[in-house]
Amino acid sequence: MFAYIVRRMLYAIPILIGVNLLTFTLFFVVNSPDDMAVSQLGEKYVTPEAIATWKKKNGYDKPLFVNAGAEGSEVLTDTIFFSKSLKLFAFDFGRSESGRDITTDVATRMWPSLAVALPNFAIGIWVNICVALMVVMFHATRLDRWAVFVFVSLMSISYLFYIIGGQFLVAKTWKLVPISGFNIEAQPWKFLILPVLVGVVAGIGSGARWYRTLFLEEANQDYVRTARAKGASEISILFKHILPNALIPILTGVVVLIPSLFMGSLLIESFFGIPGLGSYMLDAIKSQDFAIVRSMVFIGSILYIIGLILTDISYTWADPRVRLN
Amino acid sequence: MKPILLWSDALIFLLVIALCLFFYRLRRDPQTRERWGEVFSSRLGMVTFTVILVYVGVALLDSLHFRRALEAPEGLETEEIFYDNKVTSVLDVMLLGMGDRFERTYSAPFALKSFEKKNMKDEQGNAIRDFPPLEHAGRHLEDPAERWPDVAARSLTALLWGVLAAAVIIGLQWLALRRSTNPWYASWGVQAVVICLFVWMVNISRYYHILGTDLGGTDVMYQSLKGVRTGVLLGTLSTLIMLPIAVTLGVMAGYFKGWVDDVVQYLYTTLSSIPGILLIAASVLLFQVYIDLNPDFFSIGMEKADARFIALCFILGVTSWSTLCRLIRAETLKISQLGYVQAAHAFGVSHSRILGRHVLPNVVHIILITFVLDFSALVLAEAVLSYIGVGIDPSMGSWGNMINGARSELSREPTVWWTLTGAFFFMFALVLAANLFSDLVRDAFDPRTSMRRSEA
Repeated sequence: MFAYIVRRMLYAIPILIGVNLLTFTLFFVVNSPDDMAVSQLGEKYVTPEAIATWKKKNGYDKPLFVNAGAEGSEVLTDTIFFSKSLKLFAFDFGRSESGRDITTDVATRMWPSLAVALPNFAIGIWVNICVALMVVMFHATRLDRWAVFVFVSLMSISYLFYIIGGQFLVAKTWKLVPISGFNIEAQPWKFLILPVLVGVVAGIGSGARWYRTLFLEEANQDYVRTARAKGASEISILFKHILPNALIPILTGVVVLIPSLFMGSLLIESFFGIPGLGSYMLDAIKSQDFAIVRSMVFIGSILYIIGLILTDISYTWADPRVRLN
Repeated sequence: MKPILLWSDALIFLLVIALCLFFYRLRRDPQTRERWGEVFSSRLGMVTFTVILVYVGVALLDSLHFRRALEAPEGLETEEIFYDNKVTSVLDVMLLGMGDRFERTYSAPFALKSFEKKNMKDEQGNAIRDFPPLEHAGRHLEDPAERWPDVAARSLTALLWGVLAAAVIIGLQWLALRRSTNPWYASWGVQAVVICLFVWMVNISRYYHILGTDLGGTDVMYQSLKGVRTGVLLGTLSTLIMLPIAVTLGVMAGYFKGWVDDVVQYLYTTLSSIPGILLIAASVLLFQVYIDLNPDFFSIGMEKADARFIALCFILGVTSWSTLCRLIRAETLKISQLGYVQAAHAFGVSHSRILGRHVLPNVVHIILITFVLDFSALVLAEAVLSYIGVGIDPSMGSWGNMINGARSELSREPTVWWTLTGAFFFMFALVLAANLFSDLVRDAFDPRTSMRRSEA
C-alpha cells in the first residue's frame, strides 16, 4: 500500500510538469509579456519606457528559457521559466500583479472557502442519497417517473437562477438571513446558511438522479433477488444490501472532489460576498491578474491528483476485494 | 442588401449539412433505424425533438445575415451603395422590427409608461416629474383604460391567424404521414402551440412590449429570441470541435495500445487535472488581448464579436475532450479484443480498414449520447462564463449576458423581474428538452440499459 502511494506520487510529477508547461505556453509564449504589459497598463499609457518599467517591476524582463547574458547556473535560473514556473513546485507563488504575496492570500482565504464548501458537500451528499433511496423504493411506479422528471427539470435550471432566486426569496422577501457578507467572529452560521442551502438545492437534480441510476444498477443484481426470496424486508434490502454495494461507484465520483473543496465555489462565493479562494480567482480573472491564475491552476491540479490517489485508497476500505499493488 | 457570411454562420450550415448526410447514411443501417424508431415511438421523444428543432430553426433563421443598403445621402451623386453597419438577419425581418423599437429605459410588460420618472412639461408648460409614456407601446390607444380590451381583441385575431397557419402546416404533414405509426400528433401539438405563439407575439409586439424592456430600453422578448442562436450554436459548435480530437485520440489509444495509449492517457489526465473554468477563463482572456491588439482584422463590430464567439467555442471544445476520449478508449479496448476484430487481423486487413469498418461504427452510440448530453451542459455553462466575464461578447445577445446584466434587478424596489424571467424560460425550455431527449437517446442506444430492459 505504502509503495503504491509513493509510486502514484511519482506518477504525479510528469503530470504537474505537463500542467506547468501548458500554463507557461499559454501565458508567456502565446501572449508575450509585452502584450500583457499593454493590456495591464491600458491603451493610453503605452510607451516603450512604461512597458519596460512594468516588466522590470513584475520580473518579466528576463528571457524565456535561456539567459545567454548570465553566468554559471544563472543561464538557466535567471529566466522567466525558472522564476515564474518552476518555483511553483516549491510552493513559492511569488507576488500577484498588484504586489500582494499570493501564498499568504491563499492561506488566509482557504478557510472561508472550506466553511462553505464542506457543509455544502456533506449535506449535499446526504440529501441526495436520501432522496435517491426514497425514489428507488418506489421504482417502476408513476411516482418514480415523475421524480425523474423533476430531477431533470431541476438540472435544467442554471446555477445562477438558484442563487438569484434564493437571495430574492430567503434574504429579501422573507428577510431570514443577510443577503451576502461574511463575518468569522460574530455568528458566522448566519452568513453560511443561505449559500449552503442554495448549493444543496442546486445539486439535488443531478446528484439524486445519478445516485438513483447507481442504486438501480445494484437493485437488478442477483443477490438482491436472493435477499428478496429469503424474505428480507424492502428496507433492509435497501440499506443493508444495495447501499453498501453502491458505495464503490459513489466513492469514485465523490472522493475525487474532496481536496478540491479547498478551492471553493466561484459563483457562490462571489454572489454571497465570501472572501474565499473562489472569489479570489474570480477577481483575478476580472482584473486579468495572471500571476494568481497561474498559481491557482497549479494548486487546483495538485488537489485533483491528491483526489485521484485518495479515491484509490478509499477503494481498499470500501471493497475488501480490491488490493493496491 | 448585401449578404454577410459570418464564420459562425458558415460553420453552423456546414454542420447541418454534415448531420443530414450522417443521418441519411445511418438510415440504411437496420439496427440504428430500430433504435431511432424507439426514440420516436414515445410521445416524449416527439415533443422534445420538436422543441429542439424549433430552437434550431430559430437559430438558423437568425444565422442568415445581411446588411441593409442605405439610401444615398442627399446631394451626393455617386453610383456607390452604402451599407448599414448593423447586421440584420432573416429572423429580424420576420419579427417585423421588434428589435428596432427602443425605449429610454426599463418598462414593465404591456406597460404604457416608462418605469422611471422623468422631468417633463405638461400642457400648460409647467415642469412636472412623472412617468413618461413609452414611445412604441400603446401609441394607438386614446384612453389608457382601453389597454386590456385592446390586448384581448388583438390577441384573438392573432390567435385566429395562428390557428389557420397551424392548420395548413399540420394538415400538409398529416397528408404525408397519416399512415405512420409514430405518435406524430404529439409533435403536431407542439407545432400548433409554437406557431400560434409566434404569430401572436409578432402581432402584439407591434403595439406593446410583451416582456417589457431592459435597462438600455431593448425589448426583452427580442433579446431572448436573439439568445437562441448563441445558445444553440455554442452547444453544437463546441461539441463539433471536440469530437474529432476525442474520437481520434480515444480510438487510437484503445486500438494501438502501447506508447500511443500512454501518451493519450497522459494528455487527458494532465488536461483534466487543470480546473476547467480557470483554463477556459485564461484562454479567453488571452484571446481577448490578441483581439484588442489587432483591431484591424475585423471590418465591422459584429465580426469582432463573432471571432470571440468562435474562439470561445474552440476553447470549450479543446478543453473538454477528455471525458469522451476516456469513454471511447475504454470501449475500443473492449472491441479490439472481440473475435471479429481478431479475425480481421488474421486475414491481414489493414489497420485503417479495421478502424473504419469494425471499431468506429461500434463507438458511434457513445459519440451520439455525448453530443446530446454535452449540448445542454454547454448552454448552461455559457451563462456562468458570461457572469465571470469570459463569455460571449456583450454586443452579441445571449442569455448569459441578459442574466449577468439583470442579476441585481430583483433587489430593486419595485422589483424588475421580467428580464430574468425571459432568459429563464427560453433557456429552461431548451435545456429541459435537450436533457429529456438525451435520456431517451441514451436509453435506446446504450447497450447496458437496453439489456436491462430486455431482461425485465
